[in-house]
Amino acid sequence: MSLLQDSGFDAVPGHRRAAVRRRWMARALEQLSKSFAYLVLASVVIYVVGFTLWTMWISVTESTLLPNYGYVGFKHYQRLLQARVWQVAYVNLAIYGTSFIALTGVVGMILAILIDQKIRAENVLRTIYLYPMALSFVITGTVWAWILNPSIGVQHLARTLGWVNFRFDWLIDRDMAIYTVVIAAVWQASGFAMALFLAGLRSLDNDLYKAAQIDGASASRMYVRILVPAIWPIVIAVLIILLQVALKTYDLVRALTAGGPGIATTLPANVVYDYMFQRGSMGAGSAAAVMLLASLLIVILPYAAIQKIRSRKRVDHG
Amino acid sequence: MDRTLSAGYLGRRFVLYAVLVAFAAFFLIPLAVVVINSFRTLEEITQTSVLGIPRAMRWDNWAQAWGSYCLAGSCTGIRPYMWNSVALVVPATIISTLFGAMNGYLLSLWRFKGSNFIFGVVTFGVFLPAQMKLVPWAITLRELSLSNGLSGLILIHVVQGMCFTTLFCRNYYVNVPADLIKAAKVDGADFLQIFCRIVLPLSPPILIVTVIWQFTNIWNEFLYAITFSEGSHRPVTAALMAFSANIAQAREYGIESAAVLLAALPTLLVYLFGGKYFLRGLTAGAVK
Repeated sequence: MSLLQDSGFDAVPGHRRAAVRRRWMARALEQLSKSFAYLVLASVVIYVVGFTLWTMWISVTESTLLPNYGYVGFKHYQRLLQARVWQVAYVNLAIYGTSFIALTGVVGMILAILIDQKIRAENVLRTIYLYPMALSFVITGTVWAWILNPSIGVQHLARTLGWVNFRFDWLIDRDMAIYTVVIAAVWQASGFAMALFLAGLRSLDNDLYKAAQIDGASASRMYVRILVPAIWPIVIAVLIILLQVALKTYDLVRALTAGGPGIATTLPANVVYDYMFQRGSMGAGSAAAVMLLASLLIVILPYAAIQKIRSRKRVDHG
Repeated sequence: MDRTLSAGYLGRRFVLYAVLVAFAAFFLIPLAVVVINSFRTLEEITQTSVLGIPRAMRWDNWAQAWGSYCLAGSCTGIRPYMWNSVALVVPATIISTLFGAMNGYLLSLWRFKGSNFIFGVVTFGVFLPAQMKLVPWAITLRELSLSNGLSGLILIHVVQGMCFTTLFCRNYYVNVPADLIKAAKVDGADFLQIFCRIVLPLSPPILIVTVIWQFTNIWNEFLYAITFSEGSHRPVTAALMAFSANIAQAREYGIESAAVLLAALPTLLVYLFGGKYFLRGLTAGAVK
């Protein structure tokens, strides 16, 4: 419509044609860019939904090295639940997960509280505490494997210094090896916990600090009784994030212990990869992946639901 | 009274700093170990452990790690793998960031029916473990014959990265005042013009966060890298694993230390110079 109206006032035909062409080009570009944007967005949705369903589907088929879409029901799930490696992996995950989350949370909180004491060189210290987060788990695992290796690490050092019977061989000890993974993971993640806790403490109202001080409480009691409870939502959020990190841990184990000795440090994520690419069983590997996802959802969904209810309440009252 | 108080205060400050420094030492030890060992000879390391001070500086470790050390059968050092990582990270970061900005713009400022649902799917994609996508990727890459090269990995990181970049940008653009966009629409500005003239100029902070996040994550990524690349096409994290899995020869800890440092250097530098943005990304991408 507008094109026709405009053209009526256009005296010079050449200019008119150019103007029409320009407008047409602009409109085409507009349509093109918009459709392209929608296409890209649609591809993300197809990727996330499609790949999830695809893996679920493969988990109920016979697929080995190549996909084979014959339905076999929940065979892989049943076998996996009975497989020793899967059970051991979950026991390992339980030990590793609880120790990692507890220690990272405690170390992170201690560091955050100490840094909150109006100290000098705060930036330098924070940079030092957080830098492991910039490294790949492969590098963390490789270097900690040297330090913890009895024949070239701490144990060797102690022995060359004259402490001949010194023993620190967790890395090759079936019962203790899982704690070497804990050490490396806590080393990597504590700074992250610290940063979030510190941000929480700093966001608290100054009046809260003053009120706590007027109350005559000592510094440590002030934190335990008043300030840490005040950032409780952040503490819970950090613990949930760490739980996710624990469930997804894969590279660190591979670089640090390769799952050994035996399967003493194998975690569910390692089992998934093992089935898929070492034993050549896509079906079983996918079933393991789906169970890993289910474990994650069991943790996350209740948390997400509570968050949603809370934010809705806040809107209602606000 | 005053003196005892200040003595107690000084004592507490001393303990406080002692604890802070002790923790700093704990975090720095692994870094110190690789830095120091990169200058030590293998004999020295095996004699006195990886926790020692060099008696004589050995610079040659660095040259060998970079250019001539043998891993997985080829004696090229870490150099070609570093370049592989660069060739992977640069395009994947740029493309995924651009697409993410566009997606975020669509989801926040051009809301349509179902845009909230799509945002939910994107968030789920951020949180979905990589293991859920490995088999479909394996099949897809095989169909496209991209299984063992860098292009397959670039495709993976663009698509996978888009979940993060979309999330970041959407959450940032949500705070752009709707009136600004409305006024622009009334003035006759269209989809592309609003994006280029209004949204992008507002975006540098979030784009920096996104680029740093993508760069660090893709550089450090291991699972896809080890699964979908082989031999001379491996990115550096995957090649490092070949280093340590190499049991045919004695472990050259000095050279390996230099190699580990070289591989860690890009992300460490990004962290040192963009720390604030790095931390913001960590907080925003924490659902990972």
